[in-house]
Amino acid sequence: MIQVENIIFRHRHAAAAVINNVSFAVGRGHIAVLLGPNGSGKTSLFKCIAGLWHPEQGRLLLDGKNIFRMSFRERAKLLALVPQEHNPPFPYSVFEAVLMGRTPHVGFYGTPGEGDIAATYAALETVGISHLAERCYTRISGGERQLVLIARALAQEAPLLLLDEPTSHLDFRNQHVVMETVQRVADAKGLTVLMTLHDPNLASCFAHRIFMLKEGVITAEGEPAAVLNDENLEKLYGIGIGVLEGAGRRFIYPRVK
Amino acid sequence: MCGKLKINSIIILLSPFLAAGLALFIGVYGVTPSQVLEIILNAFTGIDTLESTVILEIRMPRIILAGLTGMALAASGTTLQSVLRNPLVDPFILGISAGAAFGCALAIGFIPWVSLQLIAFIFGGLAVIMACLMSRIGGEICKLSLVLSGIIISALFTALLSMIKFMVDPMKLQSIVFWLMGSFSMADWPQIRSSGVGIILGCLPIFLLRWRLNVMSMGDEEARSLGVNVSRERIIFIACSTLAVTSAVSVSGLIGWVGLMVPHLVRMLVGPEHRRLVPLSMAGGAAFMIFADTIARSLGSADIPVGIITAIVGAPFFIYLMKRGGKESWGK
Repeated sequence: MIQVENIIFRHRHAAAAVINNVSFAVGRGHIAVLLGPNGSGKTSLFKCIAGLWHPEQGRLLLDGKNIFRMSFRERAKLLALVPQEHNPPFPYSVFEAVLMGRTPHVGFYGTPGEGDIAATYAALETVGISHLAERCYTRISGGERQLVLIARALAQEAPLLLLDEPTSHLDFRNQHVVMETVQRVADAKGLTVLMTLHDPNLASCFAHRIFMLKEGVITAEGEPAAVLNDENLEKLYGIGIGVLEGAGRRFIYPRVK
Repeated sequence: MCGKLKINSIIILLSPFLAAGLALFIGVYGVTPSQVLEIILNAFTGIDTLESTVILEIRMPRIILAGLTGMALAASGTTLQSVLRNPLVDPFILGISAGAAFGCALAIGFIPWVSLQLIAFIFGGLAVIMACLMSRIGGEICKLSLVLSGIIISALFTALLSMIKFMVDPMKLQSIVFWLMGSFSMADWPQIRSSGVGIILGCLPIFLLRWRLNVMSMGDEEARSLGVNVSRERIIFIACSTLAVTSAVSVSGLIGWVGLMVPHLVRMLVGPEHRRLVPLSMAGGAAFMIFADTIARSLGSADIPVGIITAIVGAPFFIYLMKRGGKESWGK
């Protein structure tokens, strides 16, 4: 169970708060999705929750413990981050990249031991990319790289998984491969997942709970069936939006003239 | 692939010892190989001949000092490239060497009672701090402006150095100029003691913490999310690199290219993973420097400054590496 309480964040020297008193909670084992247009404060909120940016006020409780007051190492044991796609400066192998997830468990002067190597192989196996282990991390596809980052987060063995727009650079197929992997892995390991997404259709497909963020305030929250309606979505994105039901799901489309 | 990696690693690890062993037999003063062996075997019996002085008091300290210096430059090059996420940096480009050189010249010329190692560390550290602060944009160090800042800082300290050269007494000028060109010709055991402490104290933490360089090279935010206190550990790594390099510069002068070239060369042979890369860079740097210095002292009758050899060997070799496998070595 994670509880985000009263987060206020503003950029240095800025008058207006980017995040204005946001609170919400996500139940254990749930997948929660943060939806919002560009500039809604989604990324700021995400970075605050990940502990990378410091909010002016507020706290993040994970099973009652305040994550903001922890050292980087302690926090990394509770909270694993999957960043947006990035380019590492050196061509590490996939195995080496996933092994880096073990950092919070390796002593300051130590190097990874047998237990860490076993955990790394297990993470590769769970995500289903064992065959990539010896490949060069800079030479695999964007979808594969996203899976590697998910494996790295798994190797971290943290109960809370944070994903920052995990599908934003991916093609149609890989968006679903990545989302299905997240869902499967979270189910298998009992992880709580919080992610930001651009596509409300993916949210409709995979989320247990949705939070809509606009101008630093949560405008709607609840289960997909309850909040993904044309009224909420039009307010959120500021364009005409329609919702279709079919195949047991909701499909969101923009109303184009 | 795995077998080849192992063979490469073993060769690189043994190379400084092979180079040192060979270098003992090479030199302008004619000592036959059998004499060399005899002298080494009888090193502690204390029989003083001209030959034994050449081997034990001239060649041996010189080889060890070259090895230590090469190790320091390569270790700090590897570390700085990862910590600053920039394959283009080395102690030279960041201005550490220029800062240290200015400090040493200042001490030689005007304040001879100050320890060269200490003043080199102070000014080398000042240079790298200035370069890092100048290139910080919104909390993150920008790659390109870091290189530019380093060039600016280097230029500044080089100008200050010229001013000292201009003002100093001509007798002292000669020793400053010769020392600046980079040479091990004055190597003796006291020099090894005075620089060796700093080099070992700088290299040891880098070796012990080397696994963390992998994570640091992924970028500040990712390293933080993986549990690394980036600000603190970056300072540790930069301080250790600076200590090792400035200790080396304080006795051997300015020797370029090694800190940039050796890490790239080793990375091409064994990959970027720092548990392997750091010790092998240290070994490769030592071997390369011993090799270059052996050429420097045996090529002609005069002792050529080794900095000239490293640049002459280094520049074309680096161009070759860049054309052949630059992408392999630093991703994009």
